[in-house]
Amino acid sequence: MVDPVVTSRLQFALTTIVHIIFPVMSMGLAPFLVYFTWREIRTRKPIYEQLRRFWTKIFAVSFVVGTVTGIVLEFEFGTNFAAFSTIAGELFGGPLALEGMMAFMLEATFLGIFVFGRARVGDRLYFVSSVAVGLGTWLSAVWILIANSWMQTPRGFEMVVENGQDVVHLVDPLAAYLNPRFPYMFVHMQNAAVESVALFMAGIAAYHVYRHHVRGTDVENVAFWERTLKIALVALILTAPLQVVHGDLYARHVYETQPQKFAAMEAVWDTESYVPEYIIAFPTSLDAITDPRAKELLGLGIPGGASWLASGGDATAEIRGLDSFDSEAPPVAVVFWAFRAMVGMGFWFILLAFWGGYRWWSGELFEDDLLHKSLMASTVLGIVAVELGWVVTEVGRQPWVIQGVLQTSDGVSPGLTGSETLLTLAGFAVVYLGLLTVYSYVVTRLIRAGPPTGDDLRSVSQASPPSEQPAGEVANDE
Amino acid sequence: MSSVETLSSGPLFGLPLSELWFALLFAILGTFLFLDGFDFGAGIIFATREDAEERETILSAIGPFWDGNEVWLVVFGGALFAAFPPVYANLFSRHYLLMFGILGSLILRGLAPEMYEQRHDERWQTWWGRSFVAGSALAPFLLGAFVGNWIAGTPRSFTPVGVVVGLTVTVLTVVSGVAFLRLKTRGLLRDELRAYGERAVGGYVLAVLATLAVLAATVPALRTAVLSGPVLALVGLSVLLAAGYVLALRRDQDLFALAASAGLTYGLVAVVALLVFPTIDPASGLTVNAAVVSTLPLNLMSIGAALLLPLITVYFVVLYSAFSGPAQPSEGY
Ligand code: HDD
Ligand code: HEM
Ligand code: HEM
Repeated sequence: MVDPVVTSRLQFALTTIVHIIFPVMSMGLAPFLVYFTWREIRTRKPIYEQLRRFWTKIFAVSFVVGTVTGIVLEFEFGTNFAAFSTIAGELFGGPLALEGMMAFMLEATFLGIFVFGRARVGDRLYFVSSVAVGLGTWLSAVWILIANSWMQTPRGFEMVVENGQDVVHLVDPLAAYLNPRFPYMFVHMQNAAVESVALFMAGIAAYHVYRHHVRGTDVENVAFWERTLKIALVALILTAPLQVVHGDLYARHVYETQPQKFAAMEAVWDTESYVPEYIIAFPTSLDAITDPRAKELLGLGIPGGASWLASGGDATAEIRGLDSFDSEAPPVAVVFWAFRAMVGMGFWFILLAFWGGYRWWSGELFEDDLLHKSLMASTVLGIVAVELGWVVTEVGRQPWVIQGVLQTSDGVSPGLTGSETLLTLAGFAVVYLGLLTVYSYVVTRLIRAGPPTGDDLRSVSQASPPSEQPAGEVANDE
Repeated sequence: MSSVETLSSGPLFGLPLSELWFALLFAILGTFLFLDGFDFGAGIIFATREDAEERETILSAIGPFWDGNEVWLVVFGGALFAAFPPVYANLFSRHYLLMFGILGSLILRGLAPEMYEQRHDERWQTWWGRSFVAGSALAPFLLGAFVGNWIAGTPRSFTPVGVVVGLTVTVLTVVSGVAFLRLKTRGLLRDELRAYGERAVGGYVLAVLATLAVLAATVPALRTAVLSGPVLALVGLSVLLAAGYVLALRRDQDLFALAASAGLTYGLVAVVALLVFPTIDPASGLTVNAAVVSTLPLNLMSIGAALLLPLITVYFVVLYSAFSGPAQPSEGY
């Protein structure tokens, strides 16, 4: 029969991989929306109202899908990882509860006003709502990443026996919650979200700009798309280099705190010094080509690169190999390739940022069709990089669910049967496929429809709105 | 660190924190069942309306609220996890398929209204309208079934107690849904809702009595608890509230009707809490005091909750006052 450990892990992987798409969209869009709202209120220019309304629609759809997929995760720790939840609950449950009370409550209530209430509340409360929603999305990242980073670098606890079982006991909350991994993870994740949304905006805007300026098709609202492209480029120029520079520091930190994961990222089997940074690597024999743990024969790389990365500048530094650990290695190939793809994209995004910046500076931003095509091709690559980064993080720490404390196979609910977990896994595969299809379809439709125009705009129909009076009186009465 | 020592040495101010968290947990569950309950109820009532504009109005009425309301369920899960981790683990893994049934119906309910609004052709709206109704009816039913099994302490997911409690909760959501929609609508829809409300609240009283009967008949361990003073007093109170609800509807005092349905909901949850206590997971015999986390995290969570719950109340007041008065068929952005 099917092993419930395997199906539970696959199900958790599937459900988080789908969930993270939507938080990335909403956390990444949040700063843009605050900015648009602020400019709209300040300048009363229709372009900012268009920007706010268009991107709020995308935000709202993403948020709903994020909510329904997030609730699944919240309960999945209990349904599928009951042993883990019992053992680590004292430390792990707190951040989840605080996330709900501090972040989701703020976000979900003010979202009602932000999405539906433009005509009902005054400018000030409306602006406050945009900030509250944005803050809520970022606070939820704080708490969930505290929970996750603690599993990577657990601190501030001791193991005690309770009801005949070893459980985690919180002794130092500051050490536990501000564990060494947390600041790295938060900066890397949030910057990735903004970068991914910048790429998303740039890709869509480039499509319209390309059609108008290069293909000569008359695109309605081309000014809107031009502005979107420029705003997205600014964000990309700010975030892309930071992501790579920070990623380098991050890799070093992983080397220091999770050497086994680092060895998997670099596919190092024997402890060695002067380890090359492989660009590619293949297993020793063709029979083993599909085995993620096969050892490599052919590796092409930069000599001393991995040692240099791990030690922060010393190309001869020693790296512990996977064979030197007592626990089984994680699926090396998955981690190795996911890491390479993420890093590769990181450099590609920097190239895009500088290329776009240069064209803008030389006044040819709207004419360079190769740039447009590259941006279009990269529309969702930011999100792909985020997924791959999480695969490195989560698959790389296997077989541990809490590094050095608890193995994943010991975390799964004891009472589960293979068939019920297989049933739910299959159910999720079907439902989430439908979910992604519907989401993509709706977002594509929204993009096709473009921003609201003309008489639809408040900033046009109320040329000089009374500043203090809540603008809502129109829609407010029966 | 001396503050950590103080926080580890004993419960804050010597309060009975485990019992308070037990009570808080049920208060959160009740708040969820009341607030999201009227969204579920609105979804069920949606099934009875054919007119496109009425349907749009129902969706606009819950549009700004449902997400915030649903977060109470997330907070319920989080609070259970933070304060009583073994209960969180046992309950949810024991009723594995039921849990995913609940999650599945919440997905349908959450997604459907958003999708319904995206396109205005008939097939699309018929399909998402049906999904909305199915999600709204299944979610409270399965949640009720879950609660029923929790009280009965059974490892099985489909039981007579589960079914009657499921029905009870579903009818209750219609009771609150009617009161809420009457506040949010005008005209024909509002007039016709009164009859629905009267029938639903009658059905609710019968369902509660049926629940008690089934509990007494099928769960011997609970027989005395079911017939105990506090439980019977709460049932009596519910009958009075039901009468008050009908009266309020007849006098067009919808806000009172909504308050009465809130009272009914918290009353039902209080009965559940009374039946479960002093255990918190009857199936494994785990008591509140055995399941609770140690002093330090409990104190920290208590400080967190004491600071945040008042703030959350403010958010809800701001939200509900921004959207006071009837909903328009198409509001947004
Ligand atoms: C736009 C997305 C994106 C881009 C371009 C990069 N990353 Fe990344 N990376 C992520 C998005 C991301 C992520 C999805 O957000 C992760 C997963 C967990 C986390 O904290 O960030 C991540 C994880 C992650 C980890 C694993 C940490 C762990 O195990 O906890 C390392 C070592 C790096 N990254 C390093 C890099 C380097 C050296 C990059 C470029 C040269 C890079 N990242 C570009
Ligand atoms: C949203 C971004 C995330 C993604 C894409 C992701 C991805 C994954 C994947 C692919 C696995 C399976 C690893 C394996 O079994 O080989 C996994 C496991 C796990 N993740 Fe995450 N994860 C994410 C965030 C989180 C967070 C924030 C937490 C905790 C708060 C978390 C907790 C866990 C746990 C407990 C497991 C255990 C199951 C296991 O190891 O198989 N994850 N995750
Ligand atoms: C694997 C562990 C995770 C769990 C248990 C989880 C839980 C949840 C829950 C319950 C919701 C719904 C909240 C609502 O009703 O409004 C949600 C939404 C959200 N989650 Fe997650 N989440 C996880 C991973 C993540 C990660 C890694 C991030 C980002 C760093 C994240 C960020 C968000 C955000 C911003 C939302 C708001 C909705 C949205 O923007 O789409 N979550 N999550």
